Amino acid sequence: MVSFSAVAKRYPGGQEALRDVSFALEPGELAFLTGRSGAGKSTLLKLIPAIERPSAGSVLVNGQNVGALKRAAIPYLRRNIGLVFQDQKLLYDRSVYDNVMLPLAFSAHPPKEAARRARAALDKVNLLGREKANPIQLSGGEQQRVAIARAVVNRPTLLVADEPTANLDAESAARILDIFVEFNRVGVTVLIATHDLQLVARYGKRALRLEGGRIA
Amino acid sequence: MRAWLRQHRQALLLALKKISLLNAAVIGIALALPAGGYALLESLRPAGARLALEPRISLFLEPQLRRTDAEALGKRLRADRRIGAVRFVPREEALKEMSSVQGLAEVIGALGRNPLPDAFVVTSKENIADELAKLPGVSHVQADAVWARRLAAAAAVFELGLALLAALLGAGLVAVTFNTIRLQILTQRDEIEVSKLIGATDAFIGRPFYYLGLLQGVAGGALALGVVALALALLNREVGVLAESYGSAFRFAFLPAAEALAVLLGAGLLGWLGAQLSVNRHLRAIEPR
Repeated sequence: MVSFSAVAKRYPGGQEALRDVSFALEPGELAFLTGRSGAGKSTLLKLIPAIERPSAGSVLVNGQNVGALKRAAIPYLRRNIGLVFQDQKLLYDRSVYDNVMLPLAFSAHPPKEAARRARAALDKVNLLGREKANPIQLSGGEQQRVAIARAVVNRPTLLVADEPTANLDAESAARILDIFVEFNRVGVTVLIATHDLQLVARYGKRALRLEGGRIA
Repeated sequence: MRAWLRQHRQALLLALKKISLLNAAVIGIALALPAGGYALLESLRPAGARLALEPRISLFLEPQLRRTDAEALGKRLRADRRIGAVRFVPREEALKEMSSVQGLAEVIGALGRNPLPDAFVVTSKENIADELAKLPGVSHVQADAVWARRLAAAAAVFELGLALLAALLGAGLVAVTFNTIRLQILTQRDEIEVSKLIGATDAFIGRPFYYLGLLQGVAGGALALGVVALALALLNREVGVLAESYGSAFRFAFLPAAEALAVLLGAGLLGWLGAQLSVNRHLRAIEPR
């Protein structure tokens, strides 16, 4: 599903964020990516939807060499990947429902089908009752669940989450992770970056540990 | 296909909501100047043609000349490549024309008989009056070349000025749209970033902005036509009084339909161009980090 081989990432200015990173994520797998802040977790995740490009090595997603993708092909790659961020990146000028509808605006679904999917996604994250609310009215955990609903509404085969629980209390964090596990159970490949080792230990899943830009 | 149409409809609706009346007014007022100038020029043109913008030469024939000889002369004139139009004015017609001018009918009536000769009226851009005067049967030649050339030159200057003004203001329209779209893109920065993250293509993200540029241009063009129509209506009230005192029914006419349509389409096209330039430049700068 996702395969990194000998990937390096240097930022302009010489800062080396990743060095010789190789690993593979099997279809249907759920894995954690752990490491301290600055270990390169975010950089690694950004390579998957081609937000960043590798300086060396190759990143394959569904057999596609993402680093070599043409600019115009990137949107189609991203439609197949659900992205969740630490800071949610919700739009506060519209309702929860409209936020979840965003990815459906450019899919070919007829309006009725799109609405049905948006509701289904909100149902999965247990927010069906809050669809008319503005995201600003929701708690941090609820906002993160809206972001997850938006990420999965197009039914991607791969979910990538960068510190989705960082700003949440333990209970909300566990709830978020449970949702990811749910999606994984129905076949979605999931990669979650987190620095919370206790949380990771609870799920007994594979954990890739990044240290100073290398897989330790 | 239906999905594609739906996306275009959505982009159009988004753009409609974002049209700024103020921007459309700026464009409209700017475009009203050349459009109005053009309407004035076009209104004057038929009158001007009567006054011969193309230098005209009148050939008055000898009074005793027979019609058959006149016809032969006409043939000869028509065969001359330097001569544009040739019109034969029989003396009866000349008299009728003269009688229709106010005040002259009584004078002519007093003469008792037709004092006018047959004549040819030809147009030519070249100075051939002296040569024409030597033709057999021609008694007198009158060239209004100098006066007509001046008028034609003045009209050409006015026309060129209008074209320059239109080009300048057209460039202004592009710039205004460019800036409007730039500001729109900046205020929608978050939305654009998120859209890119969830897989929206540049075409999808840019579409509402293209429509905005297009619609704003068309709205500006429509406003310009409105301003011109209003201005001409006001002018015509006064012009009517003036023209009547000369026994004329002259009025400034609104732009012909094709030209009015061209103003709308041209403004829309320029707006779209401004949007295109702005989107190309500013949309790429927003990339998720």
